[in-house]
Amino acid sequence: MSAAVSDAWRPVRRLLAEPLGALGIALVLLVIGGAVLADWLSVYEPSRISPRDRFQGPSWTHLLGTDQLGRDLFSRVLHGGRIALSVALFSTAASLAIGVVLGLIAGYGPRWLDNLMLLLFDSIKSFPTVMLALALVTLFGPSLTAVVVVVVLVNVPGYARIIRTQTLALKESEFVTAAQSMGAGTARVLRVHIMPNVIGPLLILASMDIPVVIAIEAGMSFLGLGVRPPTPSWGAILNDGFTAIRDTPWIVIAGGLPIILTTLGFTFLGETLRDVFDPRLKGRG
Amino acid sequence: MTPLLDVRDLQVAFRTGPMLARRDVLGVAGVSFRLHPGETFALVGESGSGKTTLARAINGLQPISAGSVHFDGQRIDRLGRAAMKPLRKVMSMMFQDPVGSLSPRMTVRDLVTEPFRIHGVRAELAAETTRLLALVGLNDSFADRFAHQLSGGQARRVGVARAIALNPRLVIADEPTAGLDVSVQGEVLNLLNDLRERLGLSMVIITHNLHVVHHVADRMAVMYLGRFVETGQTDAVFRAPAHPYTAALLSANPEPDPDKARERIALPAEVPSLLARPAGCEFHTRCPWAQARCRTEAPEMRPHGDRHLACHFPLAPGARPPERDIPT
Repeated sequence: MSAAVSDAWRPVRRLLAEPLGALGIALVLLVIGGAVLADWLSVYEPSRISPRDRFQGPSWTHLLGTDQLGRDLFSRVLHGGRIALSVALFSTAASLAIGVVLGLIAGYGPRWLDNLMLLLFDSIKSFPTVMLALALVTLFGPSLTAVVVVVVLVNVPGYARIIRTQTLALKESEFVTAAQSMGAGTARVLRVHIMPNVIGPLLILASMDIPVVIAIEAGMSFLGLGVRPPTPSWGAILNDGFTAIRDTPWIVIAGGLPIILTTLGFTFLGETLRDVFDPRLKGRG
Repeated sequence: MTPLLDVRDLQVAFRTGPMLARRDVLGVAGVSFRLHPGETFALVGESGSGKTTLARAINGLQPISAGSVHFDGQRIDRLGRAAMKPLRKVMSMMFQDPVGSLSPRMTVRDLVTEPFRIHGVRAELAAETTRLLALVGLNDSFADRFAHQLSGGQARRVGVARAIALNPRLVIADEPTAGLDVSVQGEVLNLLNDLRERLGLSMVIITHNLHVVHHVADRMAVMYLGRFVETGQTDAVFRAPAHPYTAALLSANPEPDPDKARERIALPAEVPSLLARPAGCEFHTRCPWAQARCRTEAPEMRPHGDRHLACHFPLAPGARPPERDIPT
């Protein structure tokens, strides 16, 4: 029993033992904490306009200063973290779910279906992300949903390919044949016998993709393709500051710093996770 | 008495070659045998002789191209997956790799009770786990282990427990001793023999290990290039092999008694490719006794004394290969 507990904790301990991993965890916890406690930490309504207070520099009343409408940037950054994280987590989870299912089907199904799905994945992948985003927003209008759809479309082909390749390798393995010979149906073979063996590497990859998703959300919001204006988003803050960057650089810093910290945090965490679970890859790109 | 398993002229063809030059290669080229309840039948042959393909075909994992398989009087080779499912409760299969045939992320408990879940059999799974592990000589402490935490012999025992979980009538065991130490092989064979008697199992055992055959099988068949060349009671075949190939196999079998005089029958040349089966008797290219007739006329499987045989010139007991220059 005690052995099982220490087994479960070993990766976490090894993660903390790596300086990069510990830093990653600290940054990620900081961002998550800020987002979760946003209502409690922020003194001001993130969308409250106060024209008299516009373009104020960082001070004790406004920790990160205010923007062109006099909104408190610290509050906006905290609330923007909610948007960034929820979009990142939701769309990554959705990409994982869809990618795993499609990958299992492509890998286990008949050859023609596999080829058809690969063609589909490659077609989607051949679209540049920005073009895809523009096309979708033109169709459906700018919204958080559009961001999620773009992220899912961008991620799913890669995830599905990873699962497909591993499924192909396991399809002919003896334990799968044994399951078939016992009478297990396709769904059971995939769910019970194949999926647990193929999902591990993908989880690590997905954790490393979270910063990419955050950057996509910020980028789309910066371009005005993501969240609608009054809603705080890091990308939207960046855009607000961009026009006034010469005189009031703190707005761009307020929008950019959290993006950089979050990206670094998740990247460190993901890379350390990968090293912990697959020591063979350590030190490689 | 209805045979439990009745295989008639079974053929399995594989498609190979590039798109326009597709051709069929017979992995199993017409095999017939019957297995009666409680009997153990061994299939012996070199690698590539079609043993495993035959087993997979019987189990419905491999589509057959001709012939038929009857289980307990019911024809099963044309059944769809759904119709086949209830039969999988009473006909189970064990695979070659003791560890590789167990799902790596499942505990022993999950592995041995998987058949219950697949078939929706209501049972007290904890009690069943204990019962099954006890039957194969493992104690309960193994229940929470994963396949990679087991030795080859322990993993094989788990495989056996899983195969007998739903009290099957037939167990097809593909190389039950592959990858095991000699002492563990013995334990596993004793276990199989013991379970066979206690549970009244019928078994088809596929192996290239002649000790295994001698130890567990009532009857045996020797396979060469996807065909049977000799079938009969194990004791009789071991005592006096009548087909030159059987004689060569038996002579190559390591003999534990160093004082026993024995002469090894060396087979020249390689096993022919299935893509280019020799004309006449397919064994003539390697047969020390081959004569002109063997090169042109294929022998049929015919009764010969106490067994069936496909050879124009059956060996007399104790025959020695004629002197001849072996081509180098």
